[in-house]
Amino acid sequence: MSEELHDVRLTVNGATHEIRVPARRLLSDALRHDLGLTGTHVGCEHGVCGACTILVDGAPMRSCLMFAVSAAGHELTTVEGLADPDGSLGPVQQAFLECHGLQCGFCTPGFLTTITAGLRDNPTPTHEEARDMIAGNLCRCTGYQNIVKAVERAAEIGAERA
Amino acid sequence: MKPAPFAYRRPGTLAEAVSALAGEPDAKVLAGGQSLVPLLSMRLASPAMLVDINGIPDLDAIVVNDAGDAVEGDDGGVRVGALARHAAVLASPEVRRVQPLVPMALQHVAHATIRNRGTTVGSIVHADAAAEMPVVLALLGGSVEVEGPGGRRTIPAEELFLGPLQSSVAHDEIAVSAYVPGLAAGAGVAFDEIARRHGDYALVGAAALVEGDRVRVGYLSVGDVPTVVDLSGVADDELGEAALAHLDPPDDIHATAAYRAQLVRVLTTRVVRSARDMAEGL
Amino acid sequence: MTTKLMGQKVQRVEDQRFLRGQGRYVDDVAVERDLLHAAVLRSPHAHARIVDIDVADVLDVEGVHAVWTYEDLTGPMSEPLPLLIPHPDLTHGRTQYALAKDEVNYVGEAIAFVVADDRYVAEDAVDRIRVRYEPLPPVVGIDAARAADRLVHDDVPGNIGARMEQSVGDAPAAIKAAPHTLTLDLTVERSACTPLEGRGTVARWDPDLNRLQVWTSTQSSTGVRAVVAVKLGLDLGQVDVITPDVGGGFGVKINHPWPEELLVPLAARALGRTVKFTEDRREHFISSAHERGQVHHIEVGFDDDGRLLGLDVEFWHDHGAYTPYGLIVPIITSTQLLGPYKPQNYRVVFESLYTNTVMVTPYRGAGRPQGCYAMERTMDAIASYLGKDRTEVRSVNFIQPDEFPFDQGLIFQDGRELEYDSGDYPASLEKIKALVGWDEFPAFQAEMAAQGRHVGIGLACYVEGTGVGPYEGAHVHIETSGKVKVATGLTTQGQGHQTVFAQLVADELGCSFEDVEVVTGDTRRMPYAVGTFASRAAVMSGSAIHLAAKRAKEKVLKIAADALEAAPEDLEIVDGVVSVKGSPGSSIDLGTVSVLSNPLRYAFDEASKAATQFSVGDPGKPPVPEDEEPGLEGKDFYSPERATFASGMHAVIVETDPETAEIRILKYAVVHDCGHLINPMIVEGQIHGGVAQGVGGALYERMAYDESGQLLNASFMDFLMPYVTEVPDGIDIDHLETPSPLNPLGIKGAGEAGVIPSAAVFAAAIEDAERVGRPEFTVTAMPISPSELFALRQEHS
Repeated sequence: MSEELHDVRLTVNGATHEIRVPARRLLSDALRHDLGLTGTHVGCEHGVCGACTILVDGAPMRSCLMFAVSAAGHELTTVEGLADPDGSLGPVQQAFLECHGLQCGFCTPGFLTTITAGLRDNPTPTHEEARDMIAGNLCRCTGYQNIVKAVERAAEIGAERA
Repeated sequence: MKPAPFAYRRPGTLAEAVSALAGEPDAKVLAGGQSLVPLLSMRLASPAMLVDINGIPDLDAIVVNDAGDAVEGDDGGVRVGALARHAAVLASPEVRRVQPLVPMALQHVAHATIRNRGTTVGSIVHADAAAEMPVVLALLGGSVEVEGPGGRRTIPAEELFLGPLQSSVAHDEIAVSAYVPGLAAGAGVAFDEIARRHGDYALVGAAALVEGDRVRVGYLSVGDVPTVVDLSGVADDELGEAALAHLDPPDDIHATAAYRAQLVRVLTTRVVRSARDMAEGL
Repeated sequence: MTTKLMGQKVQRVEDQRFLRGQGRYVDDVAVERDLLHAAVLRSPHAHARIVDIDVADVLDVEGVHAVWTYEDLTGPMSEPLPLLIPHPDLTHGRTQYALAKDEVNYVGEAIAFVVADDRYVAEDAVDRIRVRYEPLPPVVGIDAARAADRLVHDDVPGNIGARMEQSVGDAPAAIKAAPHTLTLDLTVERSACTPLEGRGTVARWDPDLNRLQVWTSTQSSTGVRAVVAVKLGLDLGQVDVITPDVGGGFGVKINHPWPEELLVPLAARALGRTVKFTEDRREHFISSAHERGQVHHIEVGFDDDGRLLGLDVEFWHDHGAYTPYGLIVPIITSTQLLGPYKPQNYRVVFESLYTNTVMVTPYRGAGRPQGCYAMERTMDAIASYLGKDRTEVRSVNFIQPDEFPFDQGLIFQDGRELEYDSGDYPASLEKIKALVGWDEFPAFQAEMAAQGRHVGIGLACYVEGTGVGPYEGAHVHIETSGKVKVATGLTTQGQGHQTVFAQLVADELGCSFEDVEVVTGDTRRMPYAVGTFASRAAVMSGSAIHLAAKRAKEKVLKIAADALEAAPEDLEIVDGVVSVKGSPGSSIDLGTVSVLSNPLRYAFDEASKAATQFSVGDPGKPPVPEDEEPGLEGKDFYSPERATFASGMHAVIVETDPETAEIRILKYAVVHDCGHLINPMIVEGQIHGGVAQGVGGALYERMAYDESGQLLNASFMDFLMPYVTEVPDGIDIDHLETPSPLNPLGIKGAGEAGVIPSAAVFAAAIEDAERVGRPEFTVTAMPISPSELFALRQEHS
């Protein structure tokens, strides 16, 4: 008995991909294994850690809590799509570099996508808002101290580049 | 942690969705999936079919009626469609104006990223007694509208919650919307909860509704179903004990029953005071 | 003049790939290729005999390539996994089989291994394996293990894997004679590393080369390589182990081999396909190692000043179902318990006990948090008993700066003497007091109390033996492009080794930092190595890299001296150019020196023409001088006599809610002494992370086993790893730099320190807050949740 396969057209970082997957293929797995976009990481597969967070039509969502078949028709943005068009680091990425906002780097893509959307909605966060912006992502390495600094620095860089 | 195989249907209309459900007794509805997908990935649930309603138009509507519109009720109300995400409901100034308890509770639902995908109606019919929105529905005397093979029916909150993760929505029915009445003039509401970590399910949560002399408080995480207790006429310093007479908080790995009882005392006092302040315009 | 990079906050080179989503972790290897995926059937019982395993239903699952049980393992694979660190006192060491033979001893133990087209199908297959178990009574927790009414292993009496005693002086007699004595009983629960990336292994058998390539998320590439070769019956030279980017380790990945680290290579060879295993989060909780569970009984004698006269400690260590990592954790507890103090008479006895739970191997801190907790709670108890300030009691017991090297008279985890190399504990104490506002705190506490608020302060001191042997090595190769390729064998899991090691090379070699590329954990590049644990990477590989760069530099200067017709001692290297001091016109760049180092017959580009046989060389001498080798390389190893001892002190101010017993952190301060800092930004990052893990361990995280041995919180929903909302908003850090005399850079390890004093410091602060109005209030068990604090209040009211 063969499992039914679905043709799915995914739009990721502006590029369109056609894949043929079973309905149960998690979006996180489709991005990583079917499209080779391994920047999105899987840390818990139950929606708690946030490592797999991507932007769906601009809003951060857990790609481990969506199926690839449900993602058709949406604009998806992964960490691979966060650099500036000229290839230089985007403001949030640059801020993480400057502030030592990452160590092992595994949770980082989820933070970068989340903060990118967060700063778009609120370009000048207060310190409390900066902390709140990352309150749904787990990091085991940094103790979050420098990630909070990176949110604040990214807001500055965003303003400088605007 | 990968889901077992399932058939997948993505109907374009409600009628198709209902008929898909009718054709497979072991089907489940997929809306936001923020509670369902983890259960599937852990293989704690393995339905034969998922009926994904995300392709059905107009189910994401948030309709707000002011008092006097008399469309829904005397005090107006909020009707939230099955595909309205928590984030959209939380961000709606109209909802906040007509029924402030809804955003008060919603800001405690998981984390922002989950609220971007999770639906308020889904959270209600998931019937988790540790979740915020079922309590809000129960306290406010709201209802859920469902569509099934026999057409539409309205399930009042008091008939909705049957047990842990069990609602009276039948397997072949789809919850189309949830409705809560607006806040009457001169009434007050409040919500508070205590969780181990910010964003976790609450150890205990409480929502209060004060309308004149009438004081009611709804609780989460203290029983199998969201529980509403009438505390009208109870002296301020006896609120907690009066509530506990109706509640049976459980023990688990995060808190003892005795500690939960203490939180009931603390939160009851807090939310009643806060709702009363609101009612009095403070 | 090039600025020295040692001590500079240099931005990390590895971040470029991580920030762009181009890191390469094990699960990223071989994606989109023709790859098979593995899944493991794990025991649902804590203790059971396996009566029968029926895999018949699996064989018809489409896409399944192999299903193995113990019966399918032969030769060395059918023997138990290695006991990595034997010890004479580990009289009853036991290790598991790659796949369970006859019996399972914890929920999560591997029973069957399935290889399929993808992980989804592999899990479908696992679900269809039918196992009949005969459940046996489980032993869960230290009390049950000690009671020994039931045994984990029939042939291990009393569930005692080891009993070990060490002493210096005569503690019982000294306590008897002491003017004051106290007794304490303390508990620390189980926790775990829980890196965001779990374990994972990919293997590929190359039939053309007759070689196996293994990528694994480990803290010891060379360890995995050795055991894979032995277990699969291959020559060491046929096995390459590559540790790519690792998504956090914190200790759990130092244990090896995990069953899958052998089964994946075995399957790759048997099936002729690339095979991948990626552990999921639930598996990580129930099949990767835990740590921390200990119960301590302490007797202490002291004088009127609080000076220790005798300290007698007995403790029980829960090592879970097996002992692959020997006695390392309890030995560290028993020795590092002493911290910065000199008790004069000390005896420690421990029993390492079997339970039907996940095995215990080191977790960041590795037994030190428990020892620190025992010692620091003792110091607090003495201060309380004598009515003295807690810092005064510590002060009178400190080893003084002029007493180093200080021999504690015990044997440490590396089998060598516990001899502290350097430190300045009084200076650290002054710094921490100033940083946290120790002397001002009583007034603040009184002011808060007047408002009905309970605040408390805690302080704890630790000493950490870092950089244990036996050795690490490094290879530095200057290419003809002038780029410098560096390899060291230990692995990296987020510490920024590519950056700090490049700093060291740039400083020593005089090349530009950007030209240095560091590779870690690849046995093809450096087959001799030990691993990344015990805060040893900077000390061990850092020193080795420094020495190897020095060797390369000597060769550079020799060749350049010839070319420039100058004496080597008259040369300097700045920004990759060798020149005669004071005569910058006379110079040669490193790339050209590299060209000259390798006499050529064949030119392959413009630069290499200069090294061909008609261009260079004295026809009267061999092209490669005697005692020299072609190429511009340096290789060296660093193998110290003993560990170097870092130290530090933490202080925290907390507020406890009088109604809800919620615990809020108002201030967290750290004074840290790891000798010279290579990159202060990275050291502070390590401290931040350690403190957050410590907060987790003290206030949130535990392994909630029920009596039947089921882990009730095997998910990130219920294992409460802190989010940003649970950690201090700001950590105040001050450094002291007491150099180590044991290595050329004067450095000490920094990786684990941040987590060591957490249980001690939070217990102290919470106790202090609760003593406002309840002078007898005592915290003896950690971690502590609001629910538990509430229960303690009930007991004390």
